[in-house]
Order: sequence, then C-alpha cells, then structure tokens
Amino acid sequence: MGSYILKRLVAAIPVLIGVSVLVFFIMAMIPGDPALAILGAYATPENVAKLNADLGLDKPLVQRYFIWLGNMLTGDFGRSYSQNKPVIDEVMGRFGNTLILAGVAFVLCSILGILAGVVSAARQYGLADKAITFTVLIGISIPSFFLGMILIILFALKLRMFPVSGMYLIYGGGGLADLANHLVLPASALAVVATGVIARLSRSAMLEVLRQDYIRTARAKGVGERRVIMGHALKAAMVSIIPVLGIQAGFVVSGAVYIEMVFDWPGIGQMLVNAISQRDLLLVQGGVVVVAACYVLFNIVVDVAQALLDPRIKT
Amino acid sequence: MTAFLKLLFRNRLAAMGAVVLSIILVLAILTPVLPLQDPNITNTGDRFARPFTEGYLLGADHLGRDQLSRLLHGTRTSLMVGAIAAFLAAFFGSAIGIISGYFGKRTDNILMRLIDMLMAFPYILLALAIVAALGTGLINALIAVAAVNIPFFARNIRGITVGLSHREFVDAARLAGKGHIRIILTEVLPNVLPVIVIAMSTTVGWMILETAGLSFLGLGSQPPDSDLGSMLGQAKDHFTTHPHTSIIPGIMIFLIVMSVNLLGDGVRDALDPRLRSGALSRPLPVTNVAKDRNVPAEDTSANAALLDIQELETQFHVGDRIYEAVGKVSLSVKPGECLGIIGESGSGKSVTALSVTGLVASPPGVITGGAVRLEGDDLLAAKYEKLRSVRGNRIAYIFQDPLSTLHPLYTVGDQLVEAIRVHDSRVSKSAARARALELMKQVRIPNAESRLGNYPHEMSGGMRQRVGIAMSLANEPDIIIADEPTTALDVTVQAQILALLNDLRRERGLAIIFITHDFGVVAQLCDRVAVMYAGRIVEEGPTQAVLDAPAHPYTKRLIACVPELGGGRRELAAIPGLPPVVNDLPPGCHFAARCDKCQPECKVGYIALEGNEKRTVRCIHPEEALA
Repeated sequence: MGSYILKRLVAAIPVLIGVSVLVFFIMAMIPGDPALAILGAYATPENVAKLNADLGLDKPLVQRYFIWLGNMLTGDFGRSYSQNKPVIDEVMGRFGNTLILAGVAFVLCSILGILAGVVSAARQYGLADKAITFTVLIGISIPSFFLGMILIILFALKLRMFPVSGMYLIYGGGGLADLANHLVLPASALAVVATGVIARLSRSAMLEVLRQDYIRTARAKGVGERRVIMGHALKAAMVSIIPVLGIQAGFVVSGAVYIEMVFDWPGIGQMLVNAISQRDLLLVQGGVVVVAACYVLFNIVVDVAQALLDPRIKT
Repeated sequence: MTAFLKLLFRNRLAAMGAVVLSIILVLAILTPVLPLQDPNITNTGDRFARPFTEGYLLGADHLGRDQLSRLLHGTRTSLMVGAIAAFLAAFFGSAIGIISGYFGKRTDNILMRLIDMLMAFPYILLALAIVAALGTGLINALIAVAAVNIPFFARNIRGITVGLSHREFVDAARLAGKGHIRIILTEVLPNVLPVIVIAMSTTVGWMILETAGLSFLGLGSQPPDSDLGSMLGQAKDHFTTHPHTSIIPGIMIFLIVMSVNLLGDGVRDALDPRLRSGALSRPLPVTNVAKDRNVPAEDTSANAALLDIQELETQFHVGDRIYEAVGKVSLSVKPGECLGIIGESGSGKSVTALSVTGLVASPPGVITGGAVRLEGDDLLAAKYEKLRSVRGNRIAYIFQDPLSTLHPLYTVGDQLVEAIRVHDSRVSKSAARARALELMKQVRIPNAESRLGNYPHEMSGGMRQRVGIAMSLANEPDIIIADEPTTALDVTVQAQILALLNDLRRERGLAIIFITHDFGVVAQLCDRVAVMYAGRIVEEGPTQAVLDAPAHPYTKRLIACVPELGGGRRELAAIPGLPPVVNDLPPGCHFAARCDKCQPECKVGYIALEGNEKRTVRCIHPEEALA
C-alpha cells in the first residue's frame, strides 16, 4: 500500500504542474495592465514601468511562469495589494475557515446521503423510499444560496435558534461551542445538495448490488438481513459510492463559495469573489492554486480508500 | 418517438416536470408582449412594496421596480443563458470526446490529460478564474459555466466512442475508403447523439443553477440587467427585512431546476432500456408466498422423507405476464440419498431448488402453491427468523459460478468464518477460523492455511468451487442443494469435486439434491433422478432404471445427447427446437412440438404424472412400459 500511495503522489505531480500552468495562463490572458489597476490615480508612465519591473511583469511570459512557480515552491505567493499582506498568509487563514465549513458539510452529506440511499434501496417502492426520493428531488433542485437565506429567516430570525452569520461572536465569543453554533445553518445549507446526489447514487448502487449472486449466497448462508444490507451489500456498493464522494467533495467546496457569501463566513470563497471584484489577481491566482492542489491531494486519499476497500485494484 | 413519449409521460413525475416547465417557457417567451411594467423603471416611493399591493402583483424591489416584470425578464434571461451554456458545453465536450475516442492513441492521451487537468479543479474555482480573466458579465459567466462542464461531456462521449470505433460498421466504412470526418459524421455521431441528449437533459438544470450562482455572486449579469441569480444577489442585502424580494426569484429558480431535473430523469429512464423491463428491483430477503396458496397435507407415514417438496408452484410476474417457472413439482429426499434433477436451461430446476428456502428473486418471483416440508414443518409458512436459521445450517447451497457467488471484497476465510458464526455466535473468532481451516483441508485445498487470506479473484475456478463446497459444509447441514456446481469447471476438476461430494455423503449421511443438465454426472452420483421439462417433472425413478429404460421420449433424447467414451458407435442426436416459453404453455404435453412420436391426443387436455411407487412418467405413449 505504501508504494501505491507513493505512485499516486508521483502521478499527481504532472497534474499539479498542469493546474499551475492553466491558472497562470488564464490569469495572463487578462487584458489591460495590472500595474494600472494597482496604481490607479498614481499611474504615471514612470510609475507603471517601475511597478512592472518590480512585479517582474516586463519579462517574457514563460520566464514569468517559472519565476512564479519557483517562488510558490518556496512558499512565496507574492503580496496581495488589496489586503496588503503576503498572499499565502491570507489564503491559508481563509482556506482553514473554508475547510471547517466544507469538512463538516462533507461528513454530514456523506453519512446522511449513504444512509438515505441504503434505506431507500432496502425499502424500494416503500413509504420510506418514496419519502426519501421526494426529499432528495427537492434537495438537489434548490439553490444552496437560496436555501441558506430560508434557513436564516426560519431558524435565525424567526426561531432565534442560531446566529444569523459569521463564524464567531464578535464580543465574548470564541471556542468550540461558539463555532459549532455558528456552523449549524451554513453547514446544513451546504450539505443538502450533495446529500441528495449521494443518496441518489447510493440508492442505485445498492439496488445494483442487491441483485448480485453473492447477495443470494449470503442469504443462503443464513446471514441476517441487516447484515446483508449493511455489510455485504453496502461494502460492495461503496466501490461505486467512494468515487462519487470524491467528486462531491469538489462540489461541496464549490458550494461553500455561495454559502460563505450568504452567511458572511470568512472563507476563501468570499476572499476570491472580493479579490476578483478588486482585481487582486495574485490573490486570486494563489487562492485557486492552493485549493486546486488540496483537491488533487484529496482525490489521492479517495483513490487510496478505494484501493483499501477493493482488493481487485492493483496496488 | 411516440413510444418514447408514451414511456416518458407514463412517468407521472416527468409529466409534471414537463407541464411546469412548459408553463414557465411559455411565460418567458411571451414576456415581451405581456402587459408588464418596464423592469428597469425605478420608483423609490414604492420601495419594497409587498406582494398583492396595487400595481405590484409580486411587490417591488429595493429600487421600487416591479418584481413580476423583473421576474419574467430574469427567467427569460436565465433560461436562455442556461440553454446556451448547455449547448456549448455539449458541443465542445462531445467534439473532444468523439475525436479522442475515435482517433485513440496519442490524441486520446493528450486530450484526456487536458480534461483531467480541468477536472482537478472544484468547478467553481475554474469558473471564478475564467471570470476573473475575462471580467464580470453575463456572457463571460456563460462561457465559464460552459467551460467547466466540458469535461463531463468529453469523458462520457469518449467512453462510448471508444466502444463504437472498434465496431464492424466503423471498420467497414474505413475499408470503404471513407474519410475520417465523414465516418465521424455519418457513422459515429448518430450513435452517440442519444447519449449527448441524455447528458444535456440531465445537466441543463445544473447549468441554469451555476450561471444563476455566478450572477448571485455579482460576477454574472450586471445592473440594470438582471437574471434570476442577480435578482437574488441584490435582494441578499435586504432579505432579513424584506424576504419577499429574495423568496420570489428563489422559488422561480427552484421550480425551473426541479422541473428540468424531473424531465431529465424521465428522459434518461425512458431511453435506458435496462429500466424498461423493471429489472432494477431488488430481491427481497424471502420470496413472496401467495397467501391463498393451496397447502397439501403432511405425509405422516413412517418412512416420511427428510425434505418433501409437495406440488410446488413458483411463478414470475413481469408486468402483466405470468411465467409458470415451476408447475406442481413434487420431490423428496431421505437422509443419505442423492436425488438428481436434470433438464435443459430454463426447465425450472434452479427455481425449484431456490424455492425451498425462499431464495427466488422476488420481485418478480412468487410462490403460488404447494409446500416445502423439512421434517414435516412447512418452510414456505415459516417466519423469516426461522427460515434464516434453516438456511446454511440445515439446508445449504452450492451455486454454479463461484466467481459471482462469492463476495469479491471479503477473503474466503472471512466468508467461511461468517458462515459458521451466523448460526452460532458463541463460537469465538479463532475457533471459527480453526474450523474454516479444517473445512478447507476437507475439501482438499492445498496450502489451506495461506489460502484463507485469499480473495476469490485470486483463486482458480476449481479452488473457488471447493470454497463454495466448504462453505456449504460449515454447519454440517442435513441437506445440500448443489445447483450445477461443476458446470463451469473442466473435466478433471469436475471428477474430483463429484468424488468429494460422494465421499461426504457416505461419511456424513447427508442428503444431496444435485441439479445438472448432464446425464453423465447423474449416472455417477445420484440414486434417483427426476427429469424436468418446461417447469414440470416428466419422469422420475431410480437412476439406473431410468438410464437403462427411459420411459419419456424427452428423457431418451436427453440421454442420447451424452457422448459415449470408447464405444462411440451410437449416433449423437441433438434435440431440435427449443423448450416452450413458460408464460404461454400449450395444452397437453409440453414436449409435443419437439417429439417425433407425437400423436394428436398428445396436444389436448392435461397429462398426469403416472406410474408406480418407484417410477413415474408424464406421457401417453411412453417409450417403454414402467417396470
């Protein structure tokens, strides 16, 4: 297994390079002069030329890419002019907050989604199945940013059960309990769509597996139905569920961007949207690269989990 | 096409989606000619007018603009943008997929690596980067959404094209000297088009949602123009005080996406042939037993059998058709006895065997009559827990294909241990493991110790089948039902396995029901044999007697199908024709159509199974009178 992980890590290197190239050249396509945007009213020709030289923007594109890549590898992502601090500091702090939100939502949607799918398949065409299928249908059709607003109106404003927005109380807040309290609504809003997708897929994966001969064998052995469903069938179904969890993790991180805007969560999505409107491109560039790199690494974790589950995968 | 539409609208949810979507579409198309206010005229005096106030059916927004008018114009924009994005993504994605799949090799490699790269991003990051580069605006948001959805189409279409590009008709076109572009357009494209349509119908909802999302973030449509997303985005700042301004566009997005999803699912289901037959229902833990089945009385005589199958009737209900897979089959075995059931594929042998412990896939299977008595107790009437305690404990199965019947993700050791421990949880794991090892040795698996840790795919067919046998022996059952256990194996392994079963029968006195289509195997192992045809028993008797003097013409023909070693003077005679389909059985003898001795009276009425205590036959003109 160790060598398999190593192999996957090595295989990720070209993907990561590709990601950096893609991001760099998308950003390089931007029309107009970034120095102009930064300097604003102070953009005299001399100032522009000097800033361009300072930023290294007067060099050829390819050379600039390698400089940027080399700097990144040493942890230097440049300086955010809108935040006036190193990009890496801003990105890491923000991304940590996003990970808390997205991580909780991801755990939530994985567990609930798989459970709902399993129950739905085991009770196919029954009342529970119909109720779950209907709920899922609504869940995957409702925009998460709209759902977030509804949750705020219902649970924060009307019922006053949870805070409206933010991550901690401004006065006298802090601590895990405070964080958890602030997390409930945004994490739920974020988890709903992915829960629906995972539930749908788990249902069909379970139905597919339950028709297999080895399920009949388990029953013929006298294995109880609960164990047939939660053991034999679910284990086999996980082979097709796990890759979807990997994909859904990407959707959860994506959805977090909207949720952060609705709930004023100080995460990386909010940072990116603000950076785009302020045209703070180094910040955008750095943020996108870091998140994409983490997503690539996360997918390796998914692959390893898959290999641990399925002995037929050559490791 | 009409068949497709019929199928689509039989799905009530899809029909509902279609109706809702049509209404929204008609409204969106008619928006410019409807008597609405100008969506961009502000009227600060009426800021946040509530719905149903004079002049504002749906109220007004933060600038006093008419919500109804803005909603309909926004819907129009959102639908258009979503549809165009879906089309662009489908067009470019499919083009990449077809080129990649058709040309293969390096083209494929390079294109797919690029697609992988795009997929390395959570989709919104890529969309944000593209919008950051192109600048905010509805068209740029549209391009971004289309771009992030290209990989989905490229991958799907590539997979199908790869399959197509090796098919005969493509090769034929190539040999005929057609150019690549013509082949792609005339041979490949028509075949992938349905898939593209399905993929589009299932993603267009997403794309509407994603563009609305970008607009919501303020990166899509810019004021004063609005789509539904930017309406929500602008309302966001006031939604705590004036919720109606956000709820109205929110519900509209929800309705659009839900109706598109419902319709998309309907289209997919209608075009996916696997779902058409209802094949995707999962089998219940126990086969359904009809409540009104006739239950024959128990045989209380002194020499009652260990297992007595009485007038068993099992049917498959598919749609409104009924397949009578097993028709009034009666069979019995005593301890230490081996009963063979022989017949062609589809003759109902396996269904009979699986009915014994309620393992027939249900739905569609239903046991509609008869009884299965284990020492007098009717298993068909047994509660689930009682049946579970019989399965694998008193009656064990050996199935045909051990690669598909063993669980691929558990080691064979774990599967054996489980078989032991489900019936006696007091057995410790280590004791069960020791017992598993002993079983593996008993069925003569070499290196049994290390084999315990193997997964089924790591073993050969013969070894896997031995594991299957070991598993059936785990709880020292009274009866083993072996359903063609040697069919998938080569001859030497087959002989070993038969010898093994025979030894076990002698040593342990277990009863075996051996299902096969091979008379050679029956001759080697079975005391008695029952011949099945079209779900009925047509002949039964002691093996030697049946082999020496088959009474039913079908039995005789079946024996004639077995090649003889050494002698080889006998003519090998295949039986012409096929067994009848069991949902529409003709009256009289079911074999009549293939029988060369058929008389007019063979095709009328019911022909009973008749004979003496030892031998029975279902034939008016038997080959030989029963001794």
